[in-house]
Amino acid sequence: MAPEFGESGEVKSYKLKKRRKKQSKKDIKTRTVHSNLLYSCAKGDENPNRHYAHNNIKTTKYTLLSFLPKNLFEQFHRFANVYFVFIALLNFVPIVNAFQPELALAPVVFILSVTALKDLWEDYRRHRSDKEINHMDCLVYCRNERKFLEKYWKEIQVGDFIRLRCNEIIPADVLLLSSSDPDGLCHIETATLDGETNLKQRQVVRSFSELDCVFDPTQYKAVIECEKPNNDLNRFRGYMIQRSGRRDGLHKENLLLRGCTIRNTEEAVGIVIYAGHETKAMLNNNGPRYKRSKLERQMNVHVFWCVIILVVMCLFAAIGHGLWVWQYGEHRPLFDVPSPEGPALSPALSAVYLFLTMIIIFQVYFIHQDLDLYDEETDSHLQCRALNITEDLGQMQYIFSDKTGTLTENKMVFRRCTVMGEEYSHDANARRLATYQEADSEEEECTSKAGTLPRRDSVTSHQSVKVMHRSQSTKSHRRTGSRAEAKRASILSKHTAFSSPMEKDITPDPKLFDKVNECASQLYLMRSQGQPMNHLASELSDVIDFFIALTICNTVVVSSPNQPRHKVRVRLELKSPVKTIEDFIRRFTPSRLTGSNSSSSSSLVTNRSTHKTCSSLLSSPSAESTLMGLEEELGPAPRREAGPASPPGGDGELRYEAESPDEAALVYAARAYNCALVGRLPEQVTVELPHLGKLTFELLHTLGFDATRKRMSVVVRHPLTGEIVVYTKGADSAIMDLTRHGSTDENRGKHQRKILNKTQNYLNLYAADGLRTLCIAKRVLSKEEYACWLKSHLEAESAIQSREQLLFESALRLEKNLHLLGATGIEDRLQDGVPEAIAALRKAGLQVWVLTGDKQETAINIAYSCKLLDHEEEIITLNAETPEACAVLLDESIHYIQSKFVNNTLNPAAEDFEVDFTPFQIPSSSSVHRLGLVIDGRTLAYALDKRLEDKFLAVARSCRSVLCCRSTPLQKSMVVKLVRNKLKVMTLAIGDGANDVSMIQIADVGVGISGQEGMQAVMASDFAVPRFQYLEKLLLVHGHWCYSRLANMILYFFYKNAMFVAILFWFQFYCGFSGSAMMDQWYLIFFNLMFSSFPQLVTGILDRDVSSETLLALPELYRNGQDSEEYKPHMFWMNMIDAFYQSLVCFFIPYFAYADSDVDLFTWGTPVTTLALFTILMHLGIETKTWTWLNWASIVFSLALFFTVALCYNASCPTCYPPSNPYWTMQRLMGDPMFYLLCALTPVVALLPRYLHRVFQGTLFPTQVQQGRQLDELPSLKRSNILRQRSTTVDSPFGPRPSFHLFPEPFPMDYGYRATESHSRQLREASRDCNQPGNGSAAQGDGQDREREASTSRSDPPGESQEEDPFPIPKSHRASDANTLPYSEALRAAVDSESSFCEDGYRLDPIGDSESSFCEDGFRLDPIGDLNLLNWITSAALFNQPGSAVQAESLQSMLQTAEKEDGSPSPTSTRPHSDLEVVQNQQLVNPVSSEVKAAVPDCLQEGALETTLL
Amino acid sequence: MMASSYNAKEEDGQLSGAAGSGGVGAGKSKKPDNTAFKQQRLPAWQPILTAGTVLPAFFVIGLIFIPIGIGLFVTSNNIKEFEIDYTGIDPASPCYNCSQTLTWNSTKPCVCKIPFTLEQSFESDVFMYYGLSNFYQNHRRYVKSRDDSQLNGDASSLTSPSKECEPYRTSDNKPIAPCGAIANSLFNDTLTLYYINPNGTESLVPLQKKGIAWWTDKNVKFRNPGGNNFNLTAVFQGTSKPVNWQKPVYELDTDPENNGFINEDFIVWMRTAALPTFRKLYRLIEKKNNMIPTLQRGNYTLDITYTHFPIQCSDYPVRRFDGRKRMILSTISWMGGKNPFLGIAYITVGSVCFFLGVVLLIIHQKYGNRNNSAEIPN
Repeated sequence: MAPEFGESGEVKSYKLKKRRKKQSKKDIKTRTVHSNLLYSCAKGDENPNRHYAHNNIKTTKYTLLSFLPKNLFEQFHRFANVYFVFIALLNFVPIVNAFQPELALAPVVFILSVTALKDLWEDYRRHRSDKEINHMDCLVYCRNERKFLEKYWKEIQVGDFIRLRCNEIIPADVLLLSSSDPDGLCHIETATLDGETNLKQRQVVRSFSELDCVFDPTQYKAVIECEKPNNDLNRFRGYMIQRSGRRDGLHKENLLLRGCTIRNTEEAVGIVIYAGHETKAMLNNNGPRYKRSKLERQMNVHVFWCVIILVVMCLFAAIGHGLWVWQYGEHRPLFDVPSPEGPALSPALSAVYLFLTMIIIFQVYFIHQDLDLYDEETDSHLQCRALNITEDLGQMQYIFSDKTGTLTENKMVFRRCTVMGEEYSHDANARRLATYQEADSEEEECTSKAGTLPRRDSVTSHQSVKVMHRSQSTKSHRRTGSRAEAKRASILSKHTAFSSPMEKDITPDPKLFDKVNECASQLYLMRSQGQPMNHLASELSDVIDFFIALTICNTVVVSSPNQPRHKVRVRLELKSPVKTIEDFIRRFTPSRLTGSNSSSSSSLVTNRSTHKTCSSLLSSPSAESTLMGLEEELGPAPRREAGPASPPGGDGELRYEAESPDEAALVYAARAYNCALVGRLPEQVTVELPHLGKLTFELLHTLGFDATRKRMSVVVRHPLTGEIVVYTKGADSAIMDLTRHGSTDENRGKHQRKILNKTQNYLNLYAADGLRTLCIAKRVLSKEEYACWLKSHLEAESAIQSREQLLFESALRLEKNLHLLGATGIEDRLQDGVPEAIAALRKAGLQVWVLTGDKQETAINIAYSCKLLDHEEEIITLNAETPEACAVLLDESIHYIQSKFVNNTLNPAAEDFEVDFTPFQIPSSSSVHRLGLVIDGRTLAYALDKRLEDKFLAVARSCRSVLCCRSTPLQKSMVVKLVRNKLKVMTLAIGDGANDVSMIQIADVGVGISGQEGMQAVMASDFAVPRFQYLEKLLLVHGHWCYSRLANMILYFFYKNAMFVAILFWFQFYCGFSGSAMMDQWYLIFFNLMFSSFPQLVTGILDRDVSSETLLALPELYRNGQDSEEYKPHMFWMNMIDAFYQSLVCFFIPYFAYADSDVDLFTWGTPVTTLALFTILMHLGIETKTWTWLNWASIVFSLALFFTVALCYNASCPTCYPPSNPYWTMQRLMGDPMFYLLCALTPVVALLPRYLHRVFQGTLFPTQVQQGRQLDELPSLKRSNILRQRSTTVDSPFGPRPSFHLFPEPFPMDYGYRATESHSRQLREASRDCNQPGNGSAAQGDGQDREREASTSRSDPPGESQEEDPFPIPKSHRASDANTLPYSEALRAAVDSESSFCEDGYRLDPIGDSESSFCEDGFRLDPIGDLNLLNWITSAALFNQPGSAVQAESLQSMLQTAEKEDGSPSPTSTRPHSDLEVVQNQQLVNPVSSEVKAAVPDCLQEGALETTLL
Repeated sequence: MMASSYNAKEEDGQLSGAAGSGGVGAGKSKKPDNTAFKQQRLPAWQPILTAGTVLPAFFVIGLIFIPIGIGLFVTSNNIKEFEIDYTGIDPASPCYNCSQTLTWNSTKPCVCKIPFTLEQSFESDVFMYYGLSNFYQNHRRYVKSRDDSQLNGDASSLTSPSKECEPYRTSDNKPIAPCGAIANSLFNDTLTLYYINPNGTESLVPLQKKGIAWWTDKNVKFRNPGGNNFNLTAVFQGTSKPVNWQKPVYELDTDPENNGFINEDFIVWMRTAALPTFRKLYRLIEKKNNMIPTLQRGNYTLDITYTHFPIQCSDYPVRRFDGRKRMILSTISWMGGKNPFLGIAYITVGSVCFFLGVVLLIIHQKYGNRNNSAEIPN
């Protein structure tokens, strides 16, 4: 069938390969699966399934037998290892041996065995995790027992029947044959495979779905033919041949993939198709790339150079020796031993790799131990899984991040809403979210003290009260939940898909709550009075409609938590509720128009009677089994019905299971307003409303969500009014265009427009805050309209050709002339500290790309809220349908970028700041602009094409942020690969799900988020962190440390060995180039391994050039690693030269001191060794930046060790150790004053140049890192002051900027812009032009003073600033991590008034406003005419701008005042001083605002004044 | 390759464990200890190398080294040393004849007398050295060519010496004792010193043979085979003398305490020199009387008795490798022989450091302050 699939070469497991070969011999192109039950023994010869892979997985690299050869082979990939072994083996050749052969082998063997042990350990871990997975339980049907029995995963075989229960993980690729779901559906969560957390539906194989009785495996006789195992997750083809010969097609909807989790389905039974390594999940896992760190690669080159140097030395010695021998001619001198001579200069190059490995292991240990990287919630800490690439962490340049689960928690929380143009800010709700953590942790303390388990179910209302109470005490504001919360969430997630208390407990806005109540009571009144319901005041009815829409316009299923969910097994005759016109007429008879509570149960009863008996699809259905099935069916049926029909207990016990988490969030939100969804049946939805009790809406149609429409609708019949109502919920762009504009009633139309405008404004605000916005609208259909539509719709449904298209059009016909009800803002909660981490990483010079499988809108929203995209950033959106279009788009983008930014980068003003900005500034890289790139999956596929990839890269690298939406796992890895290979940069990929695995593996460093979506990402990763935010510390601190440590250590290694070898080399000139060594061979061999190693290890492990606080506060220091500043080729050579110099010193000082004396070879060689040791240790001392007691101890220990060993060794045996035979040498030396004199003099001379170089360099041209160190030295108070200033400086828009493109403080100028992204080429040159000179002039003054001012005014505690700080808006805006959107009541009022004023077309460029006081022209009206009015009346933007303008202006003048006041301002931000400043600020407000008054139109000015005087 | 499914069990276990203990069960928690070591917060001294911080070090080094250097220099200068080259390259040299192979009379040892004058008297003990130059005793093969256990009196090594001794391991199928190239090339010129009294008579300067080797060598490392058997002829029965030697090893001296392997001249020779130009202690001239200097001012004669070198048919053959032979008389101080190098080195380094200290001081004054203020705004 599909011959080429299986052999696609993606097979990674060698085991599998073997198996493949076996099979390919037979040349079978398809796989045939029979039921194992047909064969007496699963392993029997006649079983056709016996050739297929078992479910036992094995991911280990080695077996016991293959370990040694394979491991050695791998180790010899390292150049130096081969070299050492070669040298060691050379020693066995008697002619050239330098040492005793065994002795020479010792270090090499040691190194190799240590590495081998490490590999063994890693492999063992893999083996253990395999074992654990293989021993997971699963229910497998047993032929003999005739029921499902527990078995291990590894025992599962192809052809087995397995039963899966809710929340179980699927052990193999299973063909779904039966589901407890009445519709034959089975929901699975595929997060581990593709990262999408919404539930996916899987369908029972068609012929089986028509069965109504319980599936009996023994009756299964069909044969399945399907394609061979392949790695395509989205493809499965095959057919099932029934006994009767009928063929049923199988497709991917029938296949449950290994690794997914069963959700929302009580039970499912299936037959195993692929097992073990042949499952799609396993085939999708590329084997890990052998990663080698950049440093190691660099080092390998230098090892190579070292070897070359050595070889040159050897050659030189050989030639020298030849010449030396030649000079004696025929006469052999006395001392010449007539024997063949080899040129073996004994190279003592060390075990560089061993030491590096040891250092890394310790570094890993420390990273493990870092408290900051410990996550309390999951009780996990960072895991380093790869032991050879820690230093790469310090050199990253690009970060590729997954979104869901990595940046976000994937928890949707209802935040705020607007109904009929009125905003309900849900402040209490926001506070609840802000303080969630505290309440939780405290609650947990209580519970743990009481010794009870955390209450699972009754945390709901109770808790929200508590939280409300708590929120009054202003404590720390942390964004996300705590351990307790997460724990509870994860416990709960075992039962239901998406619900954590945070998502469920919504604190209602009191105002809205009152309105709902009022409205409901009126309705109740009207109903009791028998008035027609549709005469309710429109505003009130809209409110209630809004909530009804929230409640029913979804696909949420209700369940109760204590019993597993039982869907009522109702089989309607018609799948679509209304299928025919007759049906419509029948059902819409007046008698049925009065919906009531009873209707549900009655319809249920009638429906139950329509139970079908098992159809005779089974090839030989025995009557018995059918009967049994029937009984089973009937037995529990009443109980099952009890579930939804009469919801158990109170609201707290209801649980909603939604396909996507934001649906659930909305339903929970509605429940908070007492509009609770209590039951959903295929045909009806039951809602409980305040006062009104339970109302049952008849569900006529559900028009599901799709990406093109970006909305979903339900058609229901309203039980109160009897009207047919369409409730639509969708993206704002989709809904807004469909709202009814022209209305018959002029007044009403105007009102409507106003609501629309207001709502749009709020939507923009929501979006700016990173909320997911959804618009809710309704449309009331007259019966005629409905009938008309229904007719066409039914036609569409029954159409055979282009059914999809017709249905789409049908939906379009329905969803028009909508009446906007309101909008909601849902927060896709970011993980803790994500925006901060991203900001810090950016400052560190890292490019952050987000690659997500999610929708474009969602992705963009998240990108905004995590500050990946900036509102003032332009966004280039690439959405192309064809490769050609993509090419054109790319060309345009390039052209655009060039035209736009080429001249800007040459802006002289921008360069001015660079000059006078202090060294911590971010170096401007002109290639990155304030641009964001958004590209979707399809376009990405085109862009990744060979012909376009360069262009794509050109565009992408000039953008500050790149966002790839809807990308497949493969695309993710391709992007990473492209960037890595083409740009030659270091890449880091971070993700949490199986969809990120390939990306993680391909990147230079792969980071997995542990504990979110399963283990796969972690398994594939090099590092696993519990949360994204830890990446900041991991990279900025540990990465930096690891890198600088290792870089320094590598250099030191090279130095050390070069120096040591060079000493021996110099000696060759004095020993006739005979390869003689004056050092004892034991010293030679153990010098590196023992005597000089410990201090070096300690330094390599513990040294920290800059403290972690400073590193975190100054992310710029990370660039040190990116630019490989610690280890550059020239440094290697400088080090080599230094090594040669030092060796010369160490050689010639003793040489001259002992010249023409009676010293013997080894009595002279021992001091040389000692001197070398001293020099090497002191050299290390110069390189050591932090001296802890361990450093001292290790140095003392080293020296003590050397002398002890030397003394013992020299006393141990008078006749051993030829040729040196150093008996009593050391002892004599210790009694010789010369020895000490040498020891004092030589290191000083040797290290003088290096020391001087360091001193001069540190004094005259300190690097950033050195300055960071100087900061460390300062007293902590002073330091923290400076650091704080630094950080605020960088954030501050008023601080001097290196250039325009790094301009982190967002002017909230462009809210509407997002709506028009798709044609976002329209750019804002004018505003930018204005922007820059503004900054330039601002920067021309004394930058530091201004910074200080800015920071002091900023560092006011919030409590006081509320009263005193005249700039509350910029401030609150700055507090971007706060949970409340930055508008107060007054603001809202201002918005309202402003928007009504400005409706008539004042368009102001916000940037112009804010900066015009700096621009010489004063205020400037927006020169761009083509921008949408709606987008521009972004009230908050207008509102904010004058505020910031005022601030800027006042700062400037304040500055002048301050300058006058005292020439040397101190950095203290003590209370009196800043109070004074605040007073000054207030005084300054007036002149400034009068300035504003002069230029700003009235409406604006009022708003401005209002805020400034707040 | 990696396992495809996530490990629900493990997670479950963790979670329930954690939930059960409710955070109290810290024993189970993986939370790292908050210790200074594990959190990499060990108290540390963080030296920053700038002109200001290293200034004192330079001055201190300068101030310490210069006096030491002066002391060393003075000490070295006080050492009296007299050196005489007797290689006999110059035909005018009295040793010219003896050093010429052709004129060598094999029947009678050649003796040459070299007169010399000491301008200063040597007050303390005088050490008499012979010096060789361009003699690569440190050659790799040469250094190896010995058998320490044989020299330590090991009976089995005596009869079958180590392979390292090749090609001086056996001769005439008999093992050589002592074997190896080092022993084979034993320095065999005999030096005697005569003081020419003012009245013209020669008086032999008493030269002490013993005490020139390391005590450990003489008593531990080198031992004659056969233990206390003083009949060395019997002990060395069955061995052959080194090819270059005139006499077997047991005839090196008549004194049984200084014969065989424990002959001190032999021991001294066996301690291979580090550099191609070296001296080896030959004799001691002990100070006898506090009143009389060890060696008075005046004229002396150095008698060199050449021993026949059988293979080469020459004296101790240094000329073929451009070697030199010297006789050195020297007193020694606490720091050994005369060598002004260390003193000069100390003085130089001390001065350089001092100078650099001054330079750094200037730099510090000029740039150090400016720098600090620039980076760290007050």
